[in-house]
Amino acid sequence: MEDIARRILKDDGANGQQHMSRLRLYQLAIIAGFILLLEALCLAAVIDKITMPPPHIIARDLVRMVADGRYFGDIGKSLANVLLAFATAYVLGVATGTILHGYRTARDILDPLFATYYAIPVFAFYPLFIVIFGLGDGPQVLIGILLAVVAVIVTTLNGLDRVPPVLKKTARINGLNPLQTALRVTLPFCAPYLLTAAKLALAYAFIGVIGSEFIMARAGMGYEISYAYTNFDNATMYPLILMILLLSIAANSLLSYWERVLLARRGQK
Amino acid sequence: MEKEERAPLRNTVILIVGLFLFWQLAYLVVGDVALRSPWQTMRFLGALMQTDVFWLHLADTLKAFAVALAIAVALGLLIGFALGLHRLSGDAMEPMLVALYSIPKITLYPIILLAFGVGISAKIAFGAIHGIIPVALITLSAIRTIKPILIKTGRVLKLSPTVMVRAILFPAAVPEIFTGIRVGFSLTLIGTVLGEMFAAQRGLGYLLMNAISLYNIDLIMSVTFLLVVLAASVNALLLAVDRRLHHG
Repeated sequence: MEDIARRILKDDGANGQQHMSRLRLYQLAIIAGFILLLEALCLAAVIDKITMPPPHIIARDLVRMVADGRYFGDIGKSLANVLLAFATAYVLGVATGTILHGYRTARDILDPLFATYYAIPVFAFYPLFIVIFGLGDGPQVLIGILLAVVAVIVTTLNGLDRVPPVLKKTARINGLNPLQTALRVTLPFCAPYLLTAAKLALAYAFIGVIGSEFIMARAGMGYEISYAYTNFDNATMYPLILMILLLSIAANSLLSYWERVLLARRGQK
Repeated sequence: MEKEERAPLRNTVILIVGLFLFWQLAYLVVGDVALRSPWQTMRFLGALMQTDVFWLHLADTLKAFAVALAIAVALGLLIGFALGLHRLSGDAMEPMLVALYSIPKITLYPIILLAFGVGISAKIAFGAIHGIIPVALITLSAIRTIKPILIKTGRVLKLSPTVMVRAILFPAAVPEIFTGIRVGFSLTLIGTVLGEMFAAQRGLGYLLMNAISLYNIDLIMSVTFLLVVLAASVNALLLAVDRRLHHG
């Protein structure tokens, strides 16, 4: 996936400013068209009210929800857990990836595990974690970490593979030890990859935490969504879902933007 | 890549033995309260396989998965080809697809449930939405990276768009498209199982969710084990084909 992301960035740079603004216009038109279509379908009762309220009602409910601060506690708790899972998985993943990069055999052995990892239903371990750690934030964060960490390791390895040998030689000539080499030479070189890793880790941290809250929790956005779902409370469910989607898209776009700035600064087309 | 061919069998054996050792160790540390040993899990799985109910659940999962994968691959290829052939649409849609790909799709499950109702169509939809975007993105990039000379040759020969796709674009992009299908396979499988966990009353995911709410550790462990073995073996197979396509 990260290669594709990179290719998009390349294209963005190659095309002119005019093309970019045309693209933005095109994208806005697609989004607006999609929302209008939903609105029309809802108003024409093709999509009935029990299934989905019209977008403008969802937007209104979302504004109200934010204004009266009803779910701030849940939102704060979920986001704190997502951030904790993200940060832990990220640091752990980059460190593991960097160390693993030096051990070819270990990497060869673990490669098939990485390749199949995302077919494992990690959520199955959630009840086990609850038994071990209790029904608190711990198991949710742990699920988020387990989901996110492998994506970070794999992306870090990918990035380190692309470090030109001359940089490593330069580091050696200057007498840097492995830690200094990683921190000052190789990791900064793969900064774009590390940003891709951050994007993936954030997405997986969201999935892990919110998904765990769906299964079993006492608070949090996922818990409130499934509670609202069982009570046919669309006025709560849809705004909360929309909020999660907007938050994750915003975070993702922010990291993508940073990535683009980085690549542009390096003069990569 | 070349070095990976080095003693792959030995590596796989080391990995599997290592994982089992880790599992046994974890069991020794945590104990019966939350885990079962590999041996106990396999024995329970063996017993489970003797029951008819298990095969019904498995058949249901496989059926839903097959349909979901077919939808994901068909739609993914369609979107990928359409966007790959039209420059502006491709440029505009690709970042949007990447953003869509990054959203936690699990939060959409209540919407899917409301739209499709509890049952096989909900889990098929859930599986398919996990697979479509990666297949589309990989196909799109595959078509973009086809050597221009091939496309020019097609133009010179005045091929019609259909013949162009069938005779040039598709064959040239096959290795990449296969990678897309492989990735789509894993994601669709996990999507289907997740869909079953939240939105079904049959299937392995449902069995797992049921075991989770009853806290039946034997069942949790053996269903998880089975899913992992299933996913890992098919994935290994697809990976082998994938490597051959890319290097053959």
